[in-house]
Amino acid sequence: MRWISFVLAGCWLLAIPAPTPEEKRISIYSPAADYSLSVTEREGKDYVGLLEILEPLGGVTAKIEGQKWQLRFNDSDAQFTPDSNKARIRGRDVDLTGRFLLENNRGLVPVDSLVTLLPNFLGIPVVFHTTARRLFISEAGTTYKTELKKTTPPKLVLNFSSPVNPTIGTEPGKLTMIFLRDPLVPSGPETVNFNDKAISSATFKENNGAVEVTVNGPVPLLASFSNDGRTITIAPAPSPASSITPAPLAAPPTATPPAPVAGTAPSAPPSPMPAATPRYFAVVDASHGGDERGAALSDKLAEKDVSLAFAQHIGQELGSRGIAALMLRDSDSTLTVDQRASNANSAHPAIYISVHATSEGIGVRVYTALLPSARENRGPFVAWDAAQAPFLSASQTAALRVAAELRKTIAVRILAAPLRPLNNVTSAAIAIEVAPQTGDLADLTSSNYQQLVASSIVTALAAVRDQLESSR
Amino acid sequence: MIPRHLEIGMGVLLVAVLMMAFYVHRMKGRAAETGVRVADTRPVAPPVAGPTEQVILYVAYDDAGLLRAQSARVPLPAGRQQRAQELLRALLGIYLDKNSPHPFPTGAEVRDVYIVDPGLAVIDTNSVLADNHRSGILVEELTIASLVRTLAANIPGINRVKILVEGKERDTLAGHADLSDFYDTLAISKASDQWAAAGQ
Repeated sequence: MRWISFVLAGCWLLAIPAPTPEEKRISIYSPAADYSLSVTEREGKDYVGLLEILEPLGGVTAKIEGQKWQLRFNDSDAQFTPDSNKARIRGRDVDLTGRFLLENNRGLVPVDSLVTLLPNFLGIPVVFHTTARRLFISEAGTTYKTELKKTTPPKLVLNFSSPVNPTIGTEPGKLTMIFLRDPLVPSGPETVNFNDKAISSATFKENNGAVEVTVNGPVPLLASFSNDGRTITIAPAPSPASSITPAPLAAPPTATPPAPVAGTAPSAPPSPMPAATPRYFAVVDASHGGDERGAALSDKLAEKDVSLAFAQHIGQELGSRGIAALMLRDSDSTLTVDQRASNANSAHPAIYISVHATSEGIGVRVYTALLPSARENRGPFVAWDAAQAPFLSASQTAALRVAAELRKTIAVRILAAPLRPLNNVTSAAIAIEVAPQTGDLADLTSSNYQQLVASSIVTALAAVRDQLESSR
Repeated sequence: MIPRHLEIGMGVLLVAVLMMAFYVHRMKGRAAETGVRVADTRPVAPPVAGPTEQVILYVAYDDAGLLRAQSARVPLPAGRQQRAQELLRALLGIYLDKNSPHPFPTGAEVRDVYIVDPGLAVIDTNSVLADNHRSGILVEELTIASLVRTLAANIPGINRVKILVEGKERDTLAGHADLSDFYDTLAISKASDQWAAAGQ
């Protein structure tokens, strides 16, 4: 019977798909365009399509004549012979580092030949970071400087010489920025250590056509953009508005510390920087901010300032009731809607609340997402535009309860809106649009009105807390 | 003594000068009038010739925060695409009126409507409409819902609508309502019906 077990185990192993290796890429940076292309491996060597390399740089055509692949780039003619290590460009012979391959009329050249091929076509030198496969054509590159500001909390400020647009990922212990289309070049040592408890170090690594900058720290870190994409500020995520202990809301404060629960391991000494990611009940997002002012509520009053004031009241109100909350924006900083969704999803809250303000109409409008038509999820990858779909019912429950509570004192409507990032949030998600209570714009800056709205919202959320927690 | 032929010549020249002065004065007046017309950025009125048809326009009302169906007779050409353009121009005519229930900025215009495939309509607005549109979740959503629902109600078979500004994609209309995606006419109809139900 043992051989049957071996056969079954073998079949099981064969059935498991082998992990897909990361696709190899080459990135090209030039004044005309910054782009990335796939790299094909042939006979243990990296190859790339020459036509694809040249297309963004000028007019290029290719055809097969006899045994040769004829290529014309701008005014330059070139001939490549399949399986030959030589090419002829502008009447001159050029050596390749490997054989030229012609596959389905597609001319492939060894990646490391580009450093000799391209200057012959372009007439200018190129710089090739060979191991990282990053090619710079008449491009000085984007440099950057890092500065750790010892404020409370500390902030790591990265100033770039030109605007950048990295993909940002957060996970416990580090924040990663991947620069694929930005011609970022090393501007100092590969690793910079900061003598700080919250932000310990930053590393620069070039790999597979991209640059990866990793900022390490024991606490969750958030990145925000400013200065038209030239500055990225990284700071610890704001502390929860209060204790994250899921105590009953009405429980009186205890004078003595709670006794340890039997059977648990001895607790570690208290640490000022807990390594574990806090479990937030709510993520509160003050809309707009920084360069993006939102609606001009009056000549001097911008939506971004009013939404921040309301959001801060909501955060304080949650804190005063012992409910952990994360403020996505606690100052006048710029966040894109994708960053807001990404940061909210990373915090895994029970509910996400986006706060807006308007001078149009009166009272408060509570919105849930107006989702696009059914988008197909691909395996484990959820369609970004419809990520909210599984949580829409929980969102509507929260919106109904919030509206019911607000209606006791303020005019309220519930609506569905095509408002990002509601579609992209993977938890219950609502947006609040606060208009003046009586039609007087001064209501929006009134602390009493802000407190009234915040208190009603938090009372409502506390009432459906268990339902929202179960929908996580 | 001035010779007689010179006197006649001088007289003829004087008359010519006076006539030129009068002509230039008239031309200047016309040029001034033309200048006023150039500054008037209202959209070109739809063609008044041709048969009119009864259509349903879904008109946004800011005070109630909902859409109201409003019948109108609009001269409509035969082609689907041209009909869609004239429909939206008729709708914008309401919003550009000084007593509009949902005012649009002066000069706002629908440049073109394209029926890309049988079910998809692409509305291309000018930058005035988006750049000077009032900013707010509801006020922007009302505009989008009004455009989308009016098209869907009068051009059979349209089930998705994409909105461009000056032929280009844009993230939001005026800071809030998403323009990066396609709008389902069914979802918009459902949502606006719910506004009406909630508003009553």
